[in-house]
Amino acid sequence: MDSQPVKPVRVLSPSGMLGAGWDHATIERGLALGADVISIDAGSTDSGPYYLGSATPKTTAKAVARDLRSLLTAAAGAGIPVIVGSCGTSGTDSGVDWVAGIAAEVMAQEGLNLKVARIYSEQNAARLKEHLDAGRIHPLPPLGPLHAETLESCTHIVGAMGHEPIVAALRAGAQVVLAGRATDTAVAAAYPLMKGLPAGPAWHAAKIVECGGQCTGNPRAGGVLATIDADGFTIEPLDPKVSCTPISVAAHMLYETANPFEMREPDGTLDVRDARYTAVDDRIVRVEGSRFHVADQYTIKLEGARITGYETMSFTAIRDPLILADLDAWADLMRTMIKHRVGQTLELADHEYAFDLRLYGHNAVLGDLEPETGPPREVGVMLLVNAPDQATATAIAKVANPLMLHLPTPAMDYLPSLAFASSPAEVERGAAYEFVLNHVVDCDDPTSLFRIEMAEGADV
Amino acid sequence: MSETTLADLAHEVRSKNAGPFWVTMELFMRDADGYRIAADESFLNERVIAGLYRVEESTVQIFRIPSLNVVKISFPRPISQGSLRDRDMHAGQHHVPLARLPVGRPSGRDR
Repeated sequence: MDSQPVKPVRVLSPSGMLGAGWDHATIERGLALGADVISIDAGSTDSGPYYLGSATPKTTAKAVARDLRSLLTAAAGAGIPVIVGSCGTSGTDSGVDWVAGIAAEVMAQEGLNLKVARIYSEQNAARLKEHLDAGRIHPLPPLGPLHAETLESCTHIVGAMGHEPIVAALRAGAQVVLAGRATDTAVAAAYPLMKGLPAGPAWHAAKIVECGGQCTGNPRAGGVLATIDADGFTIEPLDPKVSCTPISVAAHMLYETANPFEMREPDGTLDVRDARYTAVDDRIVRVEGSRFHVADQYTIKLEGARITGYETMSFTAIRDPLILADLDAWADLMRTMIKHRVGQTLELADHEYAFDLRLYGHNAVLGDLEPETGPPREVGVMLLVNAPDQATATAIAKVANPLMLHLPTPAMDYLPSLAFASSPAEVERGAAYEFVLNHVVDCDDPTSLFRIEMAEGADV
Repeated sequence: MSETTLADLAHEVRSKNAGPFWVTMELFMRDADGYRIAADESFLNERVIAGLYRVEESTVQIFRIPSLNVVKISFPRPISQGSLRDRDMHAGQHHVPLARLPVGRPSGRDR
């Protein structure tokens, strides 16, 4: 017997990131089109390990407050929920609390009293070690098996939740869900999945809307609305002047994914091999044929970062054509001279610190992969030093300072003076981090690694 | 005259992180003719990518998508994201060696 047909669900995605900003009129237009839920991502690993390692957000509080005001007032007026994923950029517990604090301020100012769920995703290394010992943690390529010391070395570890903890929070009555680290897609898939829509269209639509307007012809003009039904989904930009085309929508499936046909989520794999993208009109696209294969084992992906040392940066610049003509020889001499002078004055062996000399304007971005060979007009020289503590990193940069000012090329018999960009020359960058986890942990209960706390309005 | 490159035949060539441990690149070719050139396995294959980016050939994945005129290439990030020697945090500028790869003069012309 056929079950009751499920009603379509309209997901409003205002932008790829909370704090990136949008025109509030686009949100109003989404509500007028019948949005059932607003979902937005607030973070990822994209900007590097610092944000997770230090548990600090990439966005600024004022921008997040501005965007939350736009969403919370709109959602409260329409009586629909707001879901925010990966709060505070990396989704650490302090990131969730940071967004919750800003949301509480906005609600107090706007006289709103919404029920807020915080979902914490931070993981305890000792608890994860039990999973490791039980053989429940597995590497994802290109990383190898995990060692307990790696877990212990992380300053912060988060698990990327699927839709289930978000659905649990919504079922508990949350009008605002502030999630720690979540898969980019879980944020938008949660509500349609809760309403009984099939996993294929729900996850595929979620992937397409994860970056807001990026799947449209003008990513600068605000977000999109996806309408998910039993057979597929349609997608349209919130700005009436902007269009989605089958190509712009299909192309977004490629964005930031290693494999363009399959995407693993905690409970299975989205498969878009047979997806068909067709134009409904000149700005709305229909997608059908997306599938979802439920996995034999439910898994949660872990992210963790640790300190690699402390960095100090120095920056000078070269305009003299004589040096630029022999730049690689100059850079080689610089590397040799820095090691020599550091050994001589600070008595540090080469392996006790590290530095990178980058020639911006020559080959700084691509390094050895740089295909161009022509002489540059001017070059910025960045010296980035990494040492076990900040004082040593700065001492090394200070020892390198006379070289950064005066080093001649091997062929020159006089001292040039190079163009320092600032005084003082050294900038202390603090702790530097690296990602060390790319592993999944087997879980039998999708919510077991996450903690949900509920509060209301000013109590948030 | 300068050589024709993949970029000349493409609408867009881009590169980006796919998580902290992978780089992915896409060649959005202008039309089916450009796609045929970029998708030609004797011209653009795992070995060519391994040479351009100095990565292990066996780690390179190439996806050819004729419906979009797209060739997509993924491989593990050779330098850990955010480490001392990572000069491109989002791997957003690493498409250039691929984009400026010279394509052979179409056979049959100028003969």
